[in-house]
Amino acid sequence: MSSHASNVDPKTAELWDKSHYQHDVISTRTFGYFMYLLSDGMLFATLFAAYGVLSYQHSYFGGPTPAEFVKPWYTFAQTMALFFSVLTYGLGMNALKHKNKSGLINGLIAAFVLGVLFLALDIHDMMHLASLGITVATSGGVSAFIVLTQVHAAHIFFGLIWILVMMAQVLSKGFTTDVVGRLLTLRMFWHLQAIIWVFVYVFVYLWGYMS
Amino acid sequence: MLVDLAGGWSPMLGRLAWSQIPYDNPILAPLFVAVVIGAILVLGLITYYGKWTYLWKEWLTTVDHKKLGVMYILIGLVMLFRGFIDGLMIRTQQAWGVGSHSSGVFGALHGYLTPFHFGQVYSAHGVIMILLAATPLLVGFMNIIVPIQIGARDMAYPYLNALGLWITAAAGALIMISLFVGDFAHNGWFGYAPIFELQYSPGVGVDYWIWTMELVALGTTLGGINILATIIKMRAPGMTWGRLPIFVWATLSANVIALTSFPALQVALALVAADRYLGAHFFTAGLGGNLMLYTNLFWIWGHPEVYFVILPAFGMMSEIFPTFSEKPLFGYITMVLASMAIAGVSWLVWLHHFFTMGAGPYVNSAFSVATMLVGIPTGVKVFNWAFTMYRGRLTFNAAMLWAIGALFLLLIGGLTGMMLAVPAINYMVHNSVFVVAHFHSMLLTIVYAIFASVIYWFPKVFGFKLDEFWAKTMFWLFSAGTALVFVPMYMLGFMGMTRRLDYVFNTVWHPYLLVMEFGIAVYMLSVLAFFALLYVSIRDHAKNQVGADAWGTSRSLEWLTHSPVPFYNFAVLPHISARDEVAWRRDNGIDHVQPDHYEDIHMPNNTGVAIILGGLTFVLGFALVWRIWWLCALTLLAIIALVIYRSFKGDPGYIITAAELEKMEKEAMRREAQVGKQRRQAGSGVLGEAIAYERSDLPPLVSRPSSPVGLDHRS
Repeated sequence: MSSHASNVDPKTAELWDKSHYQHDVISTRTFGYFMYLLSDGMLFATLFAAYGVLSYQHSYFGGPTPAEFVKPWYTFAQTMALFFSVLTYGLGMNALKHKNKSGLINGLIAAFVLGVLFLALDIHDMMHLASLGITVATSGGVSAFIVLTQVHAAHIFFGLIWILVMMAQVLSKGFTTDVVGRLLTLRMFWHLQAIIWVFVYVFVYLWGYMS
Repeated sequence: MLVDLAGGWSPMLGRLAWSQIPYDNPILAPLFVAVVIGAILVLGLITYYGKWTYLWKEWLTTVDHKKLGVMYILIGLVMLFRGFIDGLMIRTQQAWGVGSHSSGVFGALHGYLTPFHFGQVYSAHGVIMILLAATPLLVGFMNIIVPIQIGARDMAYPYLNALGLWITAAAGALIMISLFVGDFAHNGWFGYAPIFELQYSPGVGVDYWIWTMELVALGTTLGGINILATIIKMRAPGMTWGRLPIFVWATLSANVIALTSFPALQVALALVAADRYLGAHFFTAGLGGNLMLYTNLFWIWGHPEVYFVILPAFGMMSEIFPTFSEKPLFGYITMVLASMAIAGVSWLVWLHHFFTMGAGPYVNSAFSVATMLVGIPTGVKVFNWAFTMYRGRLTFNAAMLWAIGALFLLLIGGLTGMMLAVPAINYMVHNSVFVVAHFHSMLLTIVYAIFASVIYWFPKVFGFKLDEFWAKTMFWLFSAGTALVFVPMYMLGFMGMTRRLDYVFNTVWHPYLLVMEFGIAVYMLSVLAFFALLYVSIRDHAKNQVGADAWGTSRSLEWLTHSPVPFYNFAVLPHISARDEVAWRRDNGIDHVQPDHYEDIHMPNNTGVAIILGGLTFVLGFALVWRIWWLCALTLLAIIALVIYRSFKGDPGYIITAAELEKMEKEAMRREAQVGKQRRQAGSGVLGEAIAYERSDLPPLVSRPSSPVGLDHRS
């Protein structure tokens, strides 16, 4: 009855591994990276919570509210840029399945260019707001708006650096375990940023415009 | 975009100036001299004995989870000592500055610490004890024990593991340097809005607090990911979920908490930084800021965090009680479920830290009920431990004493916690020292479990046992100190003494404060006993050598491999057949069966990248504190460049050939055979030692009625 009792017969039990047991490197890495993305999701969840708390009328302290300065169609262009960036990355990964290096590189280049377009539109938008005197120091509500959107933009920025690095690694190293694992984790990262952007677009831009 | 600063700022040095070095402070200046002399002494000794190469190759660049764990524990012990000294200073100030007639020195009206300095001391005490003592100590044990317990050769990501350690070390260095360059936060360890805003705290203290905590949060998140991936992906063949050692389950539940909750802390502090650096208005008193948003965000992390530190401690106790009761753990499955339940409920209780916010009866009731729910799984655990010991063959050695001490403190802390869960009581004692005594009972539960584990797992890591006499002496001194400090503190809490008083106005409380001062002196003796313990144990290490199964009654997989654990952990990965694999093998007389042939194994290379990245994060933190923008940009670029460099370089690892492996294994087995022989000759001379090798002639435990209820333990 004791817990170390086992239905394995000790006389015939296999005591040492003879099956040449190997841990799957790519699966272990992508799993760990998936957990990092969970924590990244919690980071955005916390920022959304802060945005929710700071989106009441009094949070803007009589100053401009998102309804006065967000442009849903402009941001829709950003949305499309990011979505097509994720799509082209996905097409590149499809080329990877066929060991098609040039197809993958083309996909990465397209994803990079569209990502840069997204970021350029974001920076242009922020500079426009600054020219109207709307900065992070305007009011609590605007602080939450800018920090939430710019933390997302910072993720896109680092993702773009990563895409460049991966292009160089694919060209210099080919499809090694390390490189393929990193392409997969970068894909998860890029996809998650697009998912987060859906929430940003709906709750910050559309909802902000409507309220 | 950046805020205007009241004081001076230069592009080259930021806010840094000679006047920021407190050379005229009568407490800090002599301490600084002592630290410099100590540092020169240590560095000189390393150079004299020519140990730099050894240090760099074997420790600073290592990716071995055991060495990283040992370094985590060393950092934790150093910070525990620093936090203890802070506690000593707090107690002394409160014992001295009582009543209007009390004297004052060093510029203080009462006592010896000015209010601003006192504020820094208690803030540093809290931050250090929770984030830089308890957390690294526990992470250190998880690092050392978890891979061996699941039958892995290393963590899932050895390099990330080293990175986590060096980022934690950078955080420790940052809070230490705040002693001598600038000052530290005076807003308590958890901070209050809006006192930490630039307007009210114009110095760099709050900035030190922000970036120290951010670094710890980063290091712990990385560590959490690593440990979770290790447990889920790296288990040996046959190590099913139902056979996982209970400490691994506790670690798993704790790291689920770490992974999900630390981002909330990172965001909360980053928003404080946005307020202080960019002039945002998240938590300001005007312009649309929300003060209670900060408190909510902080405790959304803060409460899960306290379970993040208590759950591994529960896991440690769950390993130690069965070993020294010579019985399997009672209620394995309920223990697992209880750990997971605590991890889940930890997310639903944060508001009990500020019932007095005024959220209204409905919100307060909901959080009150949720808080009381925690008592159910915790109660399950306490009863499981009690039933594990019930009718067991108990050995009261030092590790067991510490574990039982933890159990008693958990009862006291848990029951006072249930009192505090009632909002009506909470309103009475809010911010009183009753609350302080409560959470010190809980945190000391962790400290007791940690010292139990130090004694319990020390022979596994170093190959020899710690001295029983000094370990027990330390236990009794520490326990006397605990009673003398915290029993009066509970009483003072009921008398209405509020926390964080730099001047105690009510002289009626003086006798209690003097008892507490005496108690902290007894604590000091236990610290000395700890040093004696280390000295005596290392001096006598030849006498106290152990074999693989150091205690003779151990149960889980880490006791299968040699002591000290070879750097590859297992020459051949074990195939797991039972929940308590080592106990199962011992009871069936197959515990000495060794693998008959060896194969090449693949191990990761050491790397200097991790420690350099850690150093760079320290410089980045320092540059952010002092607003030296060029240095921030430079270190950030260097970090990115180094990460990319490492990514290109990769690590092919290296191969230990079967022949080399066989040679090392033969050597380890020869040593163990010798230890066994010596032990039989020595007999039972040393307290608590005889059990390990002389009870092998007893009938196997299978035949004893060990589990009182008919739970099916089979995995």
